[in-house]
Amino acid sequence: MKLKTWRELEEGAVIRNVPTSLEYKTGEWKRESPLYDSEKCTHCLLCWLYCPDFVIKVKDGKIYKFDLDYCKGCGICAKVCPKEAILMKEEKI
Amino acid sequence: MKTETKKIVAKTGNEAAAYAMKQINPDVVAAYPITPSTEIIQIFSKYVADGEVDTEFIPVESEHSAISVCIGASASGARVMTATSSQGLALMHEILYIASSLRLPIVMIVGNRALSGPINIHCDHSDTMGSRDSGWIQIYCENANEVYHTIINAVKISEKVNLPCMVTMDGFIVTHGMENVLLLEDEEVREFLGKREPLYSILDVKNPITVGPLALYDYYMEHKRSQLEAILKSKKIIDEVFEEYNRKFELNIPSFIEEYFLDDAEIAVIAMSSAAGTLKEAVDLLREKGERVGILKLKITRPFPYEILRKKLENVKVAGVMDRAETFSTMGGPVSIEVKAALYPAIKKPVIQSFMFGLGGREFSLDDAFKVFDILKKIKKENKIEEEFIYIGLRE
Ligand code: SF4
Ligand code: SF4
Repeated sequence: MKLKTWRELEEGAVIRNVPTSLEYKTGEWKRESPLYDSEKCTHCLLCWLYCPDFVIKVKDGKIYKFDLDYCKGCGICAKVCPKEAILMKEEKI
Repeated sequence: MKTETKKIVAKTGNEAAAYAMKQINPDVVAAYPITPSTEIIQIFSKYVADGEVDTEFIPVESEHSAISVCIGASASGARVMTATSSQGLALMHEILYIASSLRLPIVMIVGNRALSGPINIHCDHSDTMGSRDSGWIQIYCENANEVYHTIINAVKISEKVNLPCMVTMDGFIVTHGMENVLLLEDEEVREFLGKREPLYSILDVKNPITVGPLALYDYYMEHKRSQLEAILKSKKIIDEVFEEYNRKFELNIPSFIEEYFLDDAEIAVIAMSSAAGTLKEAVDLLREKGERVGILKLKITRPFPYEILRKKLENVKVAGVMDRAETFSTMGGPVSIEVKAALYPAIKKPVIQSFMFGLGGREFSLDDAFKVFDILKKIKKENKIEEEFIYIGLRE
């Protein structure tokens, strides 16, 4: 992302082309990643409910993807899963 | 429009401020009472209750909330005003910076009062001097008439430059002292101000925006420079607004400074607010004796009019700067430090003596004003400054 000069900024630090949060890959922060095992998963969707960053994508009542670009690796999903279908694994740097 | 046809009434500073607010008819006022500015909101809330204004009046539980409400309202595009003093302003401190960095016009009337401790309710400038670097425009008024007219100008300035603005008057001395005030008609005020054209509005649901984002080392500095640009540009606009006002209503309300026998003065005093009035009286009497003395009344301190000071003080031999707030820097008060800094690069400049006076409402009498001139005359004669700062009216 090319950073703007002070003259290019909106006055009052207003951001007009919202939402900009999609550009911010918060997933870059994480130390651990959730490892999802679809065999064990019963699609109870507890993890989907608890994930603070809308990482877990659901279609027709079923998990189809973890959007790791926005996963901060908090491990809440693994903690709440009753089937141990999610394991937290350290990221290789 | 001839001034003779205008209405001159007796009002205290607080009454004059409340009356200006009534004529301005702001969209939102949020405030919390504090001595000596309580009356402003007390009188204004009666105008609200009597249906004389259309203002949404929001009584809050603290000054921190008052200024926060003002920010929200201003960010929605409303014309917003408030009033406070002393500890109340101190409690607003963290939010003041938010208002200015979000570039939100808000006009706050301040009845200058000493900060605790010891606890004190009387006039000094420690409250507004404490927030002088918060990005607000600061205008210090000498008397009730100046308060009234300056508030009207401040609304226009604030909204034109998208910066918040404090208009101050000396607590009790001006807030409670009754003086002649020349009033405009409601229509004149409203026509002069027109409608606010906001930079942005959080209520514009068709164009959603983010207000108050996080900006770390990658952007904070650029935002501060952009904010500085706004206040740099405000200098011209401030002068233009006062000029337009004075032209329209045939008045002579000063903008950044007011000169009083400064043209040929060898000795000048730089003073703000009500003390300027006392010093003018001393100048009148000294001029009768043929002494070349004058006053530079400093009315706006943010932005600081250093260019004007450099020019106006060029031919002055000795200048005294009056401060009504201690900085504990051990080199005088905030105004004298800034005046010295402003003049330092000038080739021709006066010798400058710092004075401290009137802390916590200590009287500044005509005798005190003469004392100031006596000291300056002595400095001129002996051509040396002996003390970094001199306390006037102190029991030694
Ligand atoms: S680790 Fe946290 S952020 Fe990532 S998917 Fe699980 S709950 Fe969401
Ligand atoms: S909590 Fe566990 S079992 Fe339930 S949907 Fe999430 S991964 Fe599947």
